[in-house]
Amino acid sequence: MLKFDHVSKRYPDAGDALLDVSFHLQQGEMAFLTGHSGAGKSTLLKLIAMMERCSRGHIVFDGQNLNKVSSKQIPYIRRKLGLIFQDNKLLQDRTIFDNVALPLVVSGFGHHEIARKVRAALDKVGLLGKEKKYPTALSGGEQQRVGIARAVINKPQLILADEPTGNLDPELSVEVMRLFEQFQTVGVSVLVASHDVGLLTQMGHRVLKLEHGVLKTASP
Amino acid sequence: MKNTVYSHNSRQSRSFTDKLQAYLYLHAHSLFSSLGRLFRNPFTMSMTIVVMAIAISLASGFYLLIANVQQLTRSIESSNQISLFLKSSVGDRAGEQLADEIRKNPRLQQVIFISKAQALKEFKTYSGFGEALDVLESNPLPMVIQILPSHSLDDMQGIESLLAEFNQLPQVDFTQMDMQWVERLQSMMEIMQRGAALLSTLLGFAVLFITGNSIRLELQNRCDEVQIAKLVGATHAFIQRPFLYAGFWLGFLSGILACLLVALMMSVLQQPIERLSFLYDGAFHILYLSFTETMALLAITSSLGILGAWGVLHYQLKQINPE
Repeated sequence: MLKFDHVSKRYPDAGDALLDVSFHLQQGEMAFLTGHSGAGKSTLLKLIAMMERCSRGHIVFDGQNLNKVSSKQIPYIRRKLGLIFQDNKLLQDRTIFDNVALPLVVSGFGHHEIARKVRAALDKVGLLGKEKKYPTALSGGEQQRVGIARAVINKPQLILADEPTGNLDPELSVEVMRLFEQFQTVGVSVLVASHDVGLLTQMGHRVLKLEHGVLKTASP
Repeated sequence: MKNTVYSHNSRQSRSFTDKLQAYLYLHAHSLFSSLGRLFRNPFTMSMTIVVMAIAISLASGFYLLIANVQQLTRSIESSNQISLFLKSSVGDRAGEQLADEIRKNPRLQQVIFISKAQALKEFKTYSGFGEALDVLESNPLPMVIQILPSHSLDDMQGIESLLAEFNQLPQVDFTQMDMQWVERLQSMMEIMQRGAALLSTLLGFAVLFITGNSIRLELQNRCDEVQIAKLVGATHAFIQRPFLYAGFWLGFLSGILACLLVALMMSVLQQPIERLSFLYDGAFHILYLSFTETMALLAITSSLGILGAWGVLHYQLKQINPE
């Protein structure tokens, strides 16, 4: 599903962000990515989302070597991913409906299909009935769930979440993680970057620990 | 219900007509949403459109002015009159006889004999120097035979052979053709035309860059949106579509405003031009932009708008990447 094969990323001015990282994420597997800030968690996620390209090694996602993906093909790789961010990255001047619909709109779905799928996704995250509201009218936890609905609406094969619970209280954080587990059970792989060690041990999934760009442990 | 998003895999079942419909809907949506976006900042939009419209109306107004003057020279061109000035030694009767003889030439449509006395009378009436002439003891004006060649002799060669013929007549002092100053005017017109082409090119570039700049600002304002769209898998074509339509609208709307400005300019000029026309026996009527010309102008300005937007998007969109 997702395979890192001796991957390194070096920034010209900041040195090695990742050094010789290898791991394999199975289909339908959920894993945590942890480490202190600056350990390379974000860099690793950026490589998968093709916001950056690795300096050495190979990343294979869904049978495709990402090194060989041209910049024109990047959008089609990203359509197989569901990205969730700490700051949600919602469009503040668009309704919840429009925000969640965006991945379908860019993929060229018809509006009947979009309407049906948006409602289904919002139902799944418990926000049905708030389609017409704007993000600012929602609480932090609700906004994060809108971001999750947007990430899963196009049936991604892999969900990447960068500190999805960074701005949430412990109770909401567990709720969000349980939501990820639900997607995992229907065959979606999930990779969550988080430094919340307490939460990780509570959930009990595989933990990938990065230290100064080096992968230290690849087990729970 | 909880698993609807995943359990129902309809991605493969989307038919071609579904896709086409969605695609057309996307285009229609970008077309109108881009217009709506422009109207959300009416001040910025009208400033841009007015500046562009002024540039376009300058170019097209100049073009129209030349078209009008050209029409004027064409109407003068058709009166390729030849004047034969007779030697002072020739008497009035001999002059009239010569005119009668010339009248027999089938290649001419009109021959008018003007005697010395008639010439003096005309001169006194039209020149305003009448009293000055009274001082002179004798009439200094020569006899003139005015000749208008027939229409079959419109080409320069025929007229020149006719001129040579008249020059050989012993009674004729010299011949003069009114064509010469028309030729000079024509070569002046050629310079003007070339100037108009240069001016239009420059102003076209101005329109291109003005659109490009406003699209660049719009792109900067919507940087977040572009980044998020890229993150959820939007292609370049998808992202640039509304901006290209915005460029189209800027070009199209300023083209319409420019047409109105040109019509306004021409209506201001109408009165003096009609007076001029009257002085030339009403041989010419003021030209406005025709329907075809208006359509062509709108097509050109719209294309310039799209092109200006495209140029900016081509370079700037690559630089906006998700962080």
